Amino acid sequence: MSACLNSVYIAAAKFCRQRVFMVCGAVFAMSGAALPPAPALAKTLIYCAEASPGGFDPGLYTDGATYAASSQTVYSRLVEFAHGSSAIVPALAESWDISPDGKIYIFHLRRGVKFHRTPYFKPQRDFNADDVVFSFDRQVNKANPWHNYLEGQSYQYYESMDMPNIIKSVEKLDDYTVRFELNQAEAPFLADMAMDFASIVSKEYADRLAAAGKMREFNSKPVGTGPFILVAYQKDAVVRFRANPEFWRSRQALDKLIFAITTDNAVRAQKMRAGECQLMAYPAPTDIPMLEADKNITLMRGVDMNVSYLAYNTQLPPFDKVEVRRALNMAVNKKALVDIVFGGFGTVAVNPMPPSLWGYNKAIAPDIYDPAKARQMLAQAGVKNLRLQLWALPVSRPYLPNGRRAAELIQSDWKAVGVETDIVTMEWGEYLKSATDKSRNSVVMMGWIGDNGDPDNFLATLNSCAAIGTANYAMWCNKAYDALIDQAKRITDQHERARLYEQAQVIFKEQAPWLTLAYGTALMPVAKRVKNFHVDIHAIRFDDVDID
Amino acid sequence: MRFIVQKILYLVPTLIGITLVAFAFIHAIPGDPVLIMAGERGISPARHAELMAQLGLDKPLWQQYISYIWQILHGDFGISYVSKEPVLSEFMQLFPATLELACCAIVLAVFIGVPAGMLAAVKRGSIFDQSAMGLSLLGYSMPIFWWGMLLVMLFSGYLGWTPVSGRIDLSYYFEPVTGFMLIDSLLSGEEGAFSSVARHLILPSIVLATIPLAVIARQTRSAMLEVLGEDYMRTARAKGLSSFRIYAVHAARNAMIPVITTIGLQVSALIAGAILTETIFSWPGIGKWLVEAIFKRDYMTVQGGILIIAILVMAVNLLVDILYGIINPRISKA
Repeated sequence: MSACLNSVYIAAAKFCRQRVFMVCGAVFAMSGAALPPAPALAKTLIYCAEASPGGFDPGLYTDGATYAASSQTVYSRLVEFAHGSSAIVPALAESWDISPDGKIYIFHLRRGVKFHRTPYFKPQRDFNADDVVFSFDRQVNKANPWHNYLEGQSYQYYESMDMPNIIKSVEKLDDYTVRFELNQAEAPFLADMAMDFASIVSKEYADRLAAAGKMREFNSKPVGTGPFILVAYQKDAVVRFRANPEFWRSRQALDKLIFAITTDNAVRAQKMRAGECQLMAYPAPTDIPMLEADKNITLMRGVDMNVSYLAYNTQLPPFDKVEVRRALNMAVNKKALVDIVFGGFGTVAVNPMPPSLWGYNKAIAPDIYDPAKARQMLAQAGVKNLRLQLWALPVSRPYLPNGRRAAELIQSDWKAVGVETDIVTMEWGEYLKSATDKSRNSVVMMGWIGDNGDPDNFLATLNSCAAIGTANYAMWCNKAYDALIDQAKRITDQHERARLYEQAQVIFKEQAPWLTLAYGTALMPVAKRVKNFHVDIHAIRFDDVDID
Repeated sequence: MRFIVQKILYLVPTLIGITLVAFAFIHAIPGDPVLIMAGERGISPARHAELMAQLGLDKPLWQQYISYIWQILHGDFGISYVSKEPVLSEFMQLFPATLELACCAIVLAVFIGVPAGMLAAVKRGSIFDQSAMGLSLLGYSMPIFWWGMLLVMLFSGYLGWTPVSGRIDLSYYFEPVTGFMLIDSLLSGEEGAFSSVARHLILPSIVLATIPLAVIARQTRSAMLEVLGEDYMRTARAKGLSSFRIYAVHAARNAMIPVITTIGLQVSALIAGAILTETIFSWPGIGKWLVEAIFKRDYMTVQGGILIIAILVMAVNLLVDILYGIINPRISKA
């Protein structure tokens, strides 16, 4: 019966192409159930991405959707994170030496690495030290024409990781050796080199585009050394890649990789169930039970690399008193909050960094939920009839999918200890702007997703004195804490660093500048026929993935 | 000729007004592109100021507006802050998708709405009339997002009859020629590509057509009822004409004048509806593009996008006015 329908369909399709195709199309469309399936795909993986990439030059962007389509597919870095962990493994650099003072890094580059051969670029030479020097120089050197090749561009990630102050110079020693000199010892430096902004671009390609007056194409027609080559990009619709036959590690098992851009998470879940994609980004907690129940889908869990929290403004009363902050922390039933807001896919946060990171202090106990004691502590601190503003996170994030719901639960808990809470929501841009205002007399809900698997990326980025005005929303400055994290940054012995970070977490917990809320679990619905996929900590990656 | 020149001259203040409104609207939204790009990471005030200056956003608003207008006069709609691509080229890439969907939706709305409205008027008070008008009221009042998701869950998720989203099955790949997938799929010569495109159009077209269909059906019914009560209809019946001739020729032709006006007005409703429909069905059109640009404070894209749409709408209106003038010279002399 089905074969008969198919032959009728094919004959009709031929007729349509020759004749009245518009009318036939509508008739065909209405008989969707009788249509044959699309042609079989040989080793093609379709990934339902949450957004379009901003562009394909990873230096210019800071969002995961762009990295998934550029740095993680098209490009490689000197070093990279091992699948599923933050361990650093060799990539374009086969090995490296670090000077005893931690200021000099010498990278020995891999030989025979080819840049992508595409219809728009045929490389004449292999990857070498010139590409490494160029990749970093363009991000910091204002005299480099590639520093400002697009209107209104900036190398924001490079800057926000403080690279212009960390790296003193990048120098080519020979074709396959590069020397990085730092201004001072910086323990997380190797991890920084595995980050997306450190992707290595082709100097030869850049020179050719500059000579042809087509510099703009550097962001739309990328050339890298990564596992996949860009074939086509249709904005807001689809990104197509093919396997790089000359990939320096080995040719990928997949022939084609397709990103189906699907912004709505409920629609992504439906596409997953319908088999229209085999991997999807960021499922909504409400769709998890449906996806879990599907026999063709596996719900893979990754390592938590995030934290959500409430930041008090520790410089203004009443939050300048540690007793008040601790009392408010004690009044919130975090377990109930995490169960409700994360639907079981989150854990109560204890420290300002997740337990998956080395240096996490396991000895620190979670905040006790004790409303009676909290009420008593507030009274002892002289706080009566407290009425405060709580800002509810206006966007959904892996570290907190529903800020409004979380705020309502906190409001109810605080009310039980006599604290009245006004929940404030505002537009995300305004939220970000106002949250850094030092005169802000309110509690801000915020969160963070780790960049490089180094504790410094949480403890210093979010709580150092220097971060006030940027990511230190609690405006908290503690000299003893700062000294510990600064010292930890200057030494390379990981055990010693871990010990210092553990001490810093003790101070943090005593001082309670935050109400630590939750560590969100990274979830990835994956079709069962997909093999070797890992829920990576720092990015969505497709290298080494296979499909039946 | 004088009529046409006059019409074109009227467009100038309208266009200036639109640029002003679009400019004021996007700048009135709190936050700025630099802050949004920085996200949770935050940005120091000094660096923020530097990047704002790089984007030309440090100048007083009136200066920014004037330089924007100057740019427009030189045919430059600006560069997107996010993609760093020219706004006009992004628009040209995405507009065919919206146009294709809107055309399918309006065809669906007219081909179902007009006959349904006529039949409801002819069978006034019947079960068909009451059901049709009840359904049109439901269609008009239904939240589009909810309706779209409902259809996706039923027809794509549960029954598996239609694809969930997108414009074509991704196993097909061909270079776009016109940007209209129905045409490009035929030009590609790939077996099954056209039917895949058609299947992908079903649900989005139904969702987008829902409100215009309801409006057209109701308008057709009331226009028909008005015509059916006219003296010349009684005369037609007295002359012994067949029912078909009375309704199809005498009644329908006269009732169509307000209906055509209504159909024209639904074009703007389609653009508004496209924003939601494109989001539900991951349809790569200008509605979704503009919404995302607003979220990211991509000022140039929002301003440029609105202005290009306005120019297109005004061009169509001008064309219609000119045609009216040709058809009925009394209009051009008025």
